[in-house]
Amino acid sequence: MSRDVAIIGVGQTKFTRNYQGSLREMVFEAFAEALRDAGITAREIGASLICSAPEYDKQRSPAGLLAEYLGLNPQPTFVLESICSSSTTGVRVGYSLIKAGLHDVVAVIGFQKMSEISSAESQERMGRGADIMWEAPFGSMMPAYYAMHAQAHFARYGTTEEDLALIRVKASKYGALNERAVFRKELTVEQCLNSAVVSSPLKVYDCCANADGASCLILANADRAKAISAKPVWILGLGAASETMSLTGREALDGLRAARLAAREAYQMAGLTPGEIDVAEVHDCFTIAELMAYEDLGFAEPGKGVELIRNGQTSLGGRIPVNVDGGLLSKGHPIGATGGSQVRTIVLQLRGEAGPMQVPGAEIGLVHNIGGVGIYSNVIILGR
Amino acid sequence: MGFEKFGPKSFTAQTRVAEFADKLAAGEICATRCVRCRRVYFPPRADCVSCLGNSMEWEKIPEKGKLVSYTRVQYPPAGFEADAPYTLALVDFGEVKVFGRLSNAVEEAGIKVGREVKPVVLTTPDGQLTYEFVLI
Ligand SMILES: [Zn+2]
Repeated sequence: MSRDVAIIGVGQTKFTRNYQGSLREMVFEAFAEALRDAGITAREIGASLICSAPEYDKQRSPAGLLAEYLGLNPQPTFVLESICSSSTTGVRVGYSLIKAGLHDVVAVIGFQKMSEISSAESQERMGRGADIMWEAPFGSMMPAYYAMHAQAHFARYGTTEEDLALIRVKASKYGALNERAVFRKELTVEQCLNSAVVSSPLKVYDCCANADGASCLILANADRAKAISAKPVWILGLGAASETMSLTGREALDGLRAARLAAREAYQMAGLTPGEIDVAEVHDCFTIAELMAYEDLGFAEPGKGVELIRNGQTSLGGRIPVNVDGGLLSKGHPIGATGGSQVRTIVLQLRGEAGPMQVPGAEIGLVHNIGGVGIYSNVIILGR
Repeated sequence: MGFEKFGPKSFTAQTRVAEFADKLAAGEICATRCVRCRRVYFPPRADCVSCLGNSMEWEKIPEKGKLVSYTRVQYPPAGFEADAPYTLALVDFGEVKVFGRLSNAVEEAGIKVGREVKPVVLTTPDGQLTYEFVLI
């Protein structure tokens, strides 16, 4: 089990519909919180990894701008992108920079200010996150792709729209507890089932809330982590994989192969099994995505994920609490900030600082962060 | 050039497989097959990832396929408002899978994963060449 790189500081803005300030100011908020949490200054950071999906940014080449505003010149800085999984890709690269000995301390900074462009524009840009020669011309988009995965899962395993509604109800319950979440209302199964269809079988409440937000993680090597931090959280395992962008290249649509491969790699590196995970953050950009994650991560056999949600096993007090911070569904999904926010939640859980969302005694946590419709996949296992 | 004629809404014009649109105009939906190693591709490709060859021949896709999955889009992305609602589908033809739309003439109640469908060529009201799937 690797204990070479630790997370020594975490920060996140409140996720909101429309951040009342500029992008740089929003990112500063998350950065300052992470620095204070780590108890270090900007000068001690060897490199900054700026994680964002640039198609949503008005600012071109944001790394230069942000390094300046955050006081991170003249250290190296660059942008990393894997759409919604950009900031866990940042963790992977940060881990490697530290392991390679190039830097002792690295900042992984994720953000998106989704309100800079209209919702229709953002859907159109998300559509072009699909193959623009062969799929986008038909009017494809994110909800439609996940809807096709849902339909395939329904057909193969008998999963129902009610099962998906249970996932949203759970997310909304914890979103209501999370002061940093964009969606604080509790929802009922009926409200979910009666919401308007976006792309069948997915409805409005099966879809995550777009949001503005930023996250920041401070990574350090073992020596620095032990010197600086009272409660370092160690990166025990990392896994990453990719899948064809076009659906035509995929074997099946009832799960995400890249997530299964990334999970296998992360478990192997950590020397742990799915049963040893105490708390997890999974990429629930849509309700069906959380259900597939249960199965892709080995929390349940393929087709048996519904039993976890039906029996409350993924709620607080259950066998494996999942997304007890509200998840992308209720906490919100500022694309480039999401992975960092998921990692932050697990770090707080493992330090025992998660407040009303705390899983008592959690020692091992897992993050599952997906870019696009399973195109990019990062799985990270963290431990105290 | 020429590829901008393909699809309900085109995003790109230049490709070495632009002949796909000419084939559609002639009523054929074609995959490419590598002349050297015989691997078949849909979407059509100009380059073979198996043998790195780039000599391809056009080959009609089969008449009959099975619906892998589908969704009825109610809230479309920008630029597709006039088309909504429409049904996106992935169809398995054995050697290749094809992404596209299911004909709007098909009632949603009649659609099921595993249903046999066939592809047909059509021209949209604004003159774009495309294909859609109909029930057999
Ligand atoms: Zn070949």
